[in-house]
Amino acid sequence: MAAKSVIEAIREAMLEEMRADSRVMVLGEDVGKRGGVFLATQGFIEEFGEARVIDTPLAEASIAGISVGLAFKGLRPIAEIQFSDFWWPACNQIIGEASRAHYGSNGALSVPMVVRIPYGGGVLGGLYHSQSIEGYLYNTPGLKVITPATPYDAKGLLKASIRDNNPVIFLEHKKTYRAVRGEVPDGDYIIPIGVADVKRQGSDISLFSYGLTMHYSLEAAARLEKEGVSVEVVDLRTLRPLDKDTILASARKTGKVLIAHEANVIGGVGAEVAAIIAADAFEYLDAPIHRIGGPDAPGMAFAPTLESAYMLNPDKISAALRELAAY
Amino acid sequence: MAQLKERPATSHSASLPHHDLSVSDSQMLELYSKMVLARGLDERLWALNRQGKVPLLASCQGLESASVGNAFAALQEGGCFFFSYYRELPLRLMLGLSPLDIMVAHYGKAADAFNAGRQFLFQGYSPKHPIIINSNVVGSSLCHATGYALGCKTLGEDTVVLVSFGDGGSSEGEAHEAMNFAGIHKLPIVFICYNNKLAISVPQRKQMAIDNLADRAPGYGFPGYSIDGMDILSVIKHTREAIQRARSKDGGPTLLEFKVERLKPHTSDDDDRKYRTPEELDLVRRRDPLPIFRSYLLEHGVITDEQDRLIQAQVKEKIDQATEAAEKEPWPDPSTLLNHVYSP
Repeated sequence: MAAKSVIEAIREAMLEEMRADSRVMVLGEDVGKRGGVFLATQGFIEEFGEARVIDTPLAEASIAGISVGLAFKGLRPIAEIQFSDFWWPACNQIIGEASRAHYGSNGALSVPMVVRIPYGGGVLGGLYHSQSIEGYLYNTPGLKVITPATPYDAKGLLKASIRDNNPVIFLEHKKTYRAVRGEVPDGDYIIPIGVADVKRQGSDISLFSYGLTMHYSLEAAARLEKEGVSVEVVDLRTLRPLDKDTILASARKTGKVLIAHEANVIGGVGAEVAAIIAADAFEYLDAPIHRIGGPDAPGMAFAPTLESAYMLNPDKISAALRELAAY
Repeated sequence: MAQLKERPATSHSASLPHHDLSVSDSQMLELYSKMVLARGLDERLWALNRQGKVPLLASCQGLESASVGNAFAALQEGGCFFFSYYRELPLRLMLGLSPLDIMVAHYGKAADAFNAGRQFLFQGYSPKHPIIINSNVVGSSLCHATGYALGCKTLGEDTVVLVSFGDGGSSEGEAHEAMNFAGIHKLPIVFICYNNKLAISVPQRKQMAIDNLADRAPGYGFPGYSIDGMDILSVIKHTREAIQRARSKDGGPTLLEFKVERLKPHTSDDDDRKYRTPEELDLVRRRDPLPIFRSYLLEHGVITDEQDRLIQAQVKEKIDQATEAAEKEPWPDPSTLLNHVYSP
């Protein structure tokens, strides 16, 4: 096995799936000669040609909507939205159309498409290159929503997403693209959608997270261990459907719960995790469920000081864990 | 271009305008029967709506000739796939839906061929016919149709996609994005706008600064034609040519604008007297495609008054039977509510 970055793992997953299945194709702004702004499709147009690697006009509604039509025809499009902040024009096609077609046709239509969307902050991207959009997607039945944190998960989950017969929104935290490296097996393997992963075993507190924050959570858990607190870190990996069994098993085991995500705390995925635990593991809790994440600002500000104030980091998460441990 | 109203009455001969387009007398009669059936069903649905039995109706009255002519051309050319708009009841009859199918779709009964009572009338997918209409968000289906046409081209299929929409839908950004993309890739698709000059209550002059929507086509790099939708022969001719162009080696999309009228309000929930004057409605009714077509058939000796009465009587009987049968159809089982949220 070789150590690879998240973006290399994503590129490898698409490359292998396109070689294995001629129905798989990619489309989006700059995905051709440029190879994508993050180079996820570098070299694809040379190998697969312009019919399967389509540089689209800069028009997100049609990138998503044309993918819906391709999927109706039985192809398996992978659409790239360049930054999560640019997906708003595509909302109608993803939330209003792709998610409902199977249900609305009483099962006659399927939409086997993947929409890859780089998201998240920490790269000084300002209000329009930093958002976490999973809360909006999480609210939509008919969609599957994936947020890998590691290269290994990214490859296995993207392959599963491409083979899935539903619209899958694949959220890639852009700061993990090159900052996170890890072992990735060569060749084919799948990580099933809807299965969380306990990234670190612990007995005192359960810490649920995903994406970039999952790495900050692991760092915070390592610090707390030195202070005599054992923290279990659960990487949700798939946000829709959530892995309720793993969430409940961990909460029942430790009795204390912290949920950390970069997206806005209010109305975020953490609220649902908290509700699941409150409903089905209440008797096991030794402390109120605690959430930590994005403040109630409409986006991530540009200046480094403001961005740092918005973002989570190991210090903030460690502080929240200490507070919970002391309860 | 064939023009119904400018043709003199002639004897039954090979030089009749429809013969010039290789449409036989019996085919003309069949098209007329379908128009009469569509109108009859539509009128019955209004009555059922007022009785509280059919929750909603989006009337087809005024576009029967354009819809029937368009479908006829597509069926003759063959290999077409339809992303159709909500008013096209006549197209659905042409593609083989029965009066009972039409009725159960409006009731929302379990037997609905498109969605089994999940959506408004005709929305969903009927593979047998084959039509997709997936949304009440007008304009969005142009992107789906464009993607579908791209898929056909990618797979090397000969299919031509026909996507229809209203003048209101043409204002949506997705309509522009779809036509722009289709033009770039020279896709096998025909964009069909039924322009009745009203988006619910908003008149065309407030929707666009041009008289003919077809004028937009050159901006996307393909031809556009503005056609009188009451002239069924012109509709047939242009649809045929557009399908052939879509299929030809250096072809690609065409935008067809069928100028039609809306004889009824936007839907059964609307009251058009709030925004249309009696004079305007009177003018609109004078362009009713049914009397125009009937006059043509009578003038050219394709039909007699007696045959016409027979067709009307047969249609009424079919509609009575379909109404009675639809009433007896079961409602969807509530236990199916959460079926098909996700594909296996």
